[in-house]
Amino acid sequence: MLGKLTLAAIPYTNPIVMGAVAFMVVAAVAVLGAITVLGKWKYLWTEWLTSVDHKKIGAMYIILAGVMLLRGFADAVMMRAQQALAYGPHSGYLPPEHFDQVFSAHGTIMIFFMAMPFMIGLMNCVLPLQIGARDVAFPFLNSLSLWLTVVGAMLVNLSLAVGNFARTGWLAYPPLSELHFSPGVGVDYYIWALQISGIGTTLSGVNFVATILKMRAPGMTLMRMPVFTWTALCTNILIVAAFPVLTVSLALLTLDRYLGMHFFTNSLGGDPMMYINLIWIWGHPEVYILVLPAFGIYSEIIATFSGKPLFGYTSMVFATMAIALLSFLVWLHHFFTMGSGADVNAFFGITTMVIAVPTGVKIFNWLFTMYRGRVRFESPVLWTIGFMITFVIGGMSGVLLAVPPADFVLHNSLFLVAHFHNVIIGGVVFGAMAGLTYWFPKVFGFRLNETLGKAAFWCWLVGFYVAFMPLYVLGLMGATRRMDHYDNPAWQPLFVVAAIGAAIIFCGIMLQLAQVVVSLAQRERARDLTGDPWGGRTLEWATSSPPPAYNFARIPVVRDRDAFWDMKQRGVDMKAAVYRPIHMPRNTGTGFVMAVFIGLAGFAMIWHIWWLAIGGAAAAIVALIRYAFDDDRDYYVEAEEVRRTESHRGRAQLRSV
Amino acid sequence: MSTGTTIAHGGALAFKPGYADNAADALRDLRPAADAVDFDFELEHHHDAASTAQLGFWVYLMSDCLVFAGLFATYSVLHGRTAGGPTPRGLFDLPYVLAETAFLLVSSFTCGLASLAMGRRSRAATLGWLAVTFVLGLAFVGMEVHEFAHMVAEGAGPDRSAFLSSFFTLVATHGLHVTCGLIWMAIMMVLVAKKGFTPATESRLSCLSLFWHFLDIIWVGVFSLVYLFGVS
Repeated sequence: MLGKLTLAAIPYTNPIVMGAVAFMVVAAVAVLGAITVLGKWKYLWTEWLTSVDHKKIGAMYIILAGVMLLRGFADAVMMRAQQALAYGPHSGYLPPEHFDQVFSAHGTIMIFFMAMPFMIGLMNCVLPLQIGARDVAFPFLNSLSLWLTVVGAMLVNLSLAVGNFARTGWLAYPPLSELHFSPGVGVDYYIWALQISGIGTTLSGVNFVATILKMRAPGMTLMRMPVFTWTALCTNILIVAAFPVLTVSLALLTLDRYLGMHFFTNSLGGDPMMYINLIWIWGHPEVYILVLPAFGIYSEIIATFSGKPLFGYTSMVFATMAIALLSFLVWLHHFFTMGSGADVNAFFGITTMVIAVPTGVKIFNWLFTMYRGRVRFESPVLWTIGFMITFVIGGMSGVLLAVPPADFVLHNSLFLVAHFHNVIIGGVVFGAMAGLTYWFPKVFGFRLNETLGKAAFWCWLVGFYVAFMPLYVLGLMGATRRMDHYDNPAWQPLFVVAAIGAAIIFCGIMLQLAQVVVSLAQRERARDLTGDPWGGRTLEWATSSPPPAYNFARIPVVRDRDAFWDMKQRGVDMKAAVYRPIHMPRNTGTGFVMAVFIGLAGFAMIWHIWWLAIGGAAAAIVALIRYAFDDDRDYYVEAEEVRRTESHRGRAQLRSV
Repeated sequence: MSTGTTIAHGGALAFKPGYADNAADALRDLRPAADAVDFDFELEHHHDAASTAQLGFWVYLMSDCLVFAGLFATYSVLHGRTAGGPTPRGLFDLPYVLAETAFLLVSSFTCGLASLAMGRRSRAATLGWLAVTFVLGLAFVGMEVHEFAHMVAEGAGPDRSAFLSSFFTLVATHGLHVTCGLIWMAIMMVLVAKKGFTPATESRLSCLSLFWHFLDIIWVGVFSLVYLFGVS
């Protein structure tokens, strides 16, 4: 009846896990209780869960990313604490099988459920506004993508309380992840969480490619698109091209585990290296999927806060495209040690080093944008400058790792761990924080507290260097990654320093939470009544903050790059004399309902509850078919209502002058 | 029509100095072509919804194509790993698969006829050709299931060797796609019968037909790489 699921699946005997579970339960009860007490269930359902508004979907993605950041960071702190303690005679406080789950969950969560939702959330919030559109191409699909991602994240969280998580590292390499070596449900949680959210991400990619190619405002030629839109286009093309390979890799591993097939087993002709090739054919583009939008964010910010158009727009576009193409030609550098020979390794080493060229172009473009600009050092700019310095260091250690002989020494060492945290924190996380600060007033209508924002930035920056520079050194000293214990006493002081770094980053995260709370409490003082709080250059600043559901009462005609800057220069009045009815998509609960059923089916697959798996999948399909028969999917916002909304905006702006 | 006449709280006056002119002024400012106005009074947001859907569907098909690319690559690597078990040569019955292939190729043709009938706005012909397509597709899936059952009964199941794992996965993934296409086709037949040709049903029928032809092309790849090369 319940497959492999019994009460024994709940790890009562483990105080650390049960503490975390208790915390999650208390938090969930508190949130649900607060919603009930405030009587907000209906509001939540009609305004958020069923929403197809890209701005709200984007906000929900970012909330998910924030929650999962806390979870993934808790894992990071546990690892740092364990490694600071566990040397020589001391075994630390985590047993190996628990430590292995912690580092696997940390990587999985931070990439799939923190960085990805953050970037997709920012794209959702901003992209349609930047191209002067009223929504994405497929609003319902957008809602489905969000909820599939949420369901995937919830499965990972559930693994903490019911059963366990993979002990295989964030990419679940076989043969370790095969049934023979990982017989429990851990790898199954991993597989289904990623498969479900991965399909959501693929659908997002399709959606954004269609949105950017088909829904730009009149006059916005490709070479007039804002750079963030360009990087988003490249990112989403990468998603469409790379995520299917993840789907395949995970599906084949699933078949090995569920139907006894032999793709990656050690016996009957299976080939574990097949998996490692496949997963990195997805995995390398994935890191560019994360960092390209961040490059776009920095480009927008640096131009806005320097009061200048971006230097070298065309070269920026070509550099982005070049990186997107090259990202498919470097996957083997993740396993030079496979032994594919000097020629193959040399090819992939060189393609890897070549990526430094377009990336360098970008760095110089940002520097030249600042050159002779009137740079305002607000917190988005601090994140950007912090990124430029940090990312260049990470890039150089990357070029070093791209040299195959050097990689044979450094492979799977802490030097590698330091390198990818250097580029991912310095590149992606700083970009996400910069973008959040920059676009927060657009989405919510008020600015984040600048003092706390700056303090948080400094904690993150200093904390990053204190936490990860020791790991470079440890890697050179021979420390490998994923150790729950070591015998070399010379390493311990550096691990302690790294733990202090994690504590400093923790202060940064706490300051950011405080920043959200304080900004919310003081929002009346920080209201953005102009719609253009930073002196922006692109179209998202041409509408009010927050924008009305339809974004633009009239679609602006684009005549130049930096379309809004151009409109301001020409003194274009944003207000219309007459308004027209606006065609909008209607909210639907189908995406949410389908995702819940698919999540149930995923949970059932993990625990081999076959009837529920079939029932859940069938119910999701039925929900989709019901939606197919629903004709009432859109409506018109009446001209009168548009006029009222816009005149309200006029009053708000009047107050601000 | 100078400054915000129809709007309470005085339109353009609400803006910073230098923002004085408005869309009407811009209209008077007769610049050539698209540059003549600052706003597009576009009434119909979804004016090209159908073409957006088509493009989106193409993008989806390309991503699906890469799913198959991954499976083809896997098969190419593993097809020799028979682990002492059955080999392609001993296993595949080419005339049988040729018949199966014929069903699918003809169904693609009849699917095209259904599209042409939709173009003529003939509901009966559209439904008729869709029904023919459906039956042919069902026959294809039926033959494939029969082939699989036969192989499993012979001890050549997907758990026998890496070759058979990759064979079953590649072919069955295609078969699963055809099955989804059949479900979709059944739904479309009900929708067309009930609602006739609306922009939504027409757009979806076009996507379905793209999907069906796509599966046809994939099958040509499967037939060539797996079956023809397998017995050659």
